[in-house]
Amino acid sequence: MSEQLPMLSPAATAPKVDKLPTVRLDRLPLLLLPALALAALPLVGSVSTWVTLTFAGLAMGMIIFIMASGLTLVFGLMDVFNFGHGVFITLGAFLAVSVLTSMPTWTESERLSVNLLALAPALLVAMALTGGLGFIFERTLIRPVYGQPLKQIMITMGGMIVGQELIKVAWGPQALPLPLPAAFRGSLVMGEAAVEKYRLIAVALGLLVFAAMSWVLGRTKIGLLIRAGVQDREMVESLGYRIRRLFVGVFVAGSALAGLGGVMWGLYQQTVSPTIGAEVNVLLFIVIIIGGLGSVGGCFIGALLVGLVGNYAGFLAPKVALFSDILLMVAVLSWRPQGLYPVVKR
Amino acid sequence: MMPVRFLSGDLPRGRVLMALLIAIAAGLALAPFLFPGAKALNVAAKICIFIVLVASFDLLLGYTGIFSFAHTMFFGIGAYGVAIALNGLGPTWTAVAAGLGGALVLSLALSLVIGLFSLRVKAIFYAMITLAVATAFQTLASQMSDFTGGEDGLSFKVPELLSSAFSLSDKPFLGVSLDGRLIAYYLLAAATLVLFLVMLRIVNSPFGRVLQAIRENPFRAEALGYRTVVYRTASNVLSAGFATLAGAMLALWLRYNGPDTSLSFEIMMNILLMVVIGGMGTMYGAVVGTTLFIIAENYLQDLLKLASGAASGVPVLRGVVDPDRWLLWLGLLFVLSVYKFPAGIVGKLRARLRGAG
Repeated sequence: MSEQLPMLSPAATAPKVDKLPTVRLDRLPLLLLPALALAALPLVGSVSTWVTLTFAGLAMGMIIFIMASGLTLVFGLMDVFNFGHGVFITLGAFLAVSVLTSMPTWTESERLSVNLLALAPALLVAMALTGGLGFIFERTLIRPVYGQPLKQIMITMGGMIVGQELIKVAWGPQALPLPLPAAFRGSLVMGEAAVEKYRLIAVALGLLVFAAMSWVLGRTKIGLLIRAGVQDREMVESLGYRIRRLFVGVFVAGSALAGLGGVMWGLYQQTVSPTIGAEVNVLLFIVIIIGGLGSVGGCFIGALLVGLVGNYAGFLAPKVALFSDILLMVAVLSWRPQGLYPVVKR
Repeated sequence: MMPVRFLSGDLPRGRVLMALLIAIAAGLALAPFLFPGAKALNVAAKICIFIVLVASFDLLLGYTGIFSFAHTMFFGIGAYGVAIALNGLGPTWTAVAAGLGGALVLSLALSLVIGLFSLRVKAIFYAMITLAVATAFQTLASQMSDFTGGEDGLSFKVPELLSSAFSLSDKPFLGVSLDGRLIAYYLLAAATLVLFLVMLRIVNSPFGRVLQAIRENPFRAEALGYRTVVYRTASNVLSAGFATLAGAMLALWLRYNGPDTSLSFEIMMNILLMVVIGGMGTMYGAVVGTTLFIIAENYLQDLLKLASGAASGVPVLRGVVDPDRWLLWLGLLFVLSVYKFPAGIVGKLRARLRGAG
């Protein structure tokens, strides 16, 4: 066989075979973001407003990305679409209410470092508990219905109903206020553009999560297995890896990320109601459809696009803003019917 | 065998189930006389309307195996059609017909387009697409406030025959005053009976058999020469049509329509619960599930009040049996249904019969 290799590729003199071919990065979707931002500039008119809007859009997109990233991986790996994803977001937001209101001296302090120290336990508690709930959710609800899409839809919806009701039992049915810690309030004024401080934090955290995910997925063995599983589950299984166990890990991580996103989303909205997760669910579905189901990079770009378009449309034509996500989805799907980064398997 | 023909040869099969269905039918038929009071009549009317809606959803989910989140959209179109027509044209039967006709045309066209475009994809994608469309429609309905009344909705007068001011005779019959509300109720009940029998006929026709074949194995159905996309789209259009009729019935009964009464996501969840608890893939399941759910919705709270009174000393238990948490119990029942008895109550009752025989 090896003797025939040169014959198969007569022009094989140039590339050496010592390195695996790298996957070519599809740059077009990446260009969408700056293109969209630049296109919005003349429409918005003033540069300072544009900076404010762009930043607000990016911040919103980052939070949406944190919430949606788990959903897309879970789907990519096991074809499980979790319609009950919203309940993890709700739980995260309510845990943030409990944690932050239990340490008022920390949140009311004017010092940023103290505020961040108050936010950290809220994030950690939310992630730990939603991750734990994810473990139980996968074990009890999803495991018995692998490979049965209709039942999956129903069972995850049922899980959401029950979860939502249990949250009402624990925190009561009414919406609770979730004020921002003192140092996060207000905005930084740069020239004439005002950027809300909390949005800076959201962008920083979003980038951190994206970097961490990219590192895990791109540079570690686990990440390699996850990516391989998204591409071809059976092949990974036949190589001796237990994809189910991997999947539990991804589901727990995805739930924890939803909890983290829930905390951020709750602080962004500043009130937390038992339906906060269910309300944002549709938006998350749109984002991961735009990105290409199963693709983390696509989910990231999709989330930022949704955030930017939402904010620009909200400024330019508030009535249109209510439909901007769906219009964006239609536009993207008519360009690339499988989403921005189609996953090979589908 | 007249009754067998009426039921399209699809008998309840099972003594308990038969008794249950007869009890429900009799209860609905005699509701104004058996259970006096406005609340009881409202509950009975709601059961009638939702039997049609849930049965039409079962036609789609239980018989064809398609999960759509847009079912309440068609329900809402029916309700809005009648509401807008009666609001604009005044309380006449022509207006009812115009509203219903317009709503049906819109629903059928919309369901045809959605079906043709997106029924080729996998179940999960279809669910997501319909969810997005339904959300967009709900936003649209609440935004076009000149037309739909926005979030406040529309209140309107119904034709005189159905209004409470109309009176058939001055003397009450068996203690019930013979007013327009009573006529409206019996109109709804009759419409429910007719529509239910028509749907029963559809699912037991050769066409219905093909739908079930597609549900069981779409690939094989296609291989046998049935164009599955055509059948699935037809099922989608039919169920949208029946949902629209149910919506019109709702508007006529409530004399009001708004986004929360006919379009909300909550209703979508509720009809999903009703179908699954009652039993998917059996029209009788829609009747049993709907009746159970709506009675629970209205009266389980009273029962839970008793329970929470008894459990007032125990902190967690008190929260769980709180009257407002009735949905928790139905949610648990729903999850259990999906796992343990996927054919729902009706399937359970039938299985028992088979085991005994």
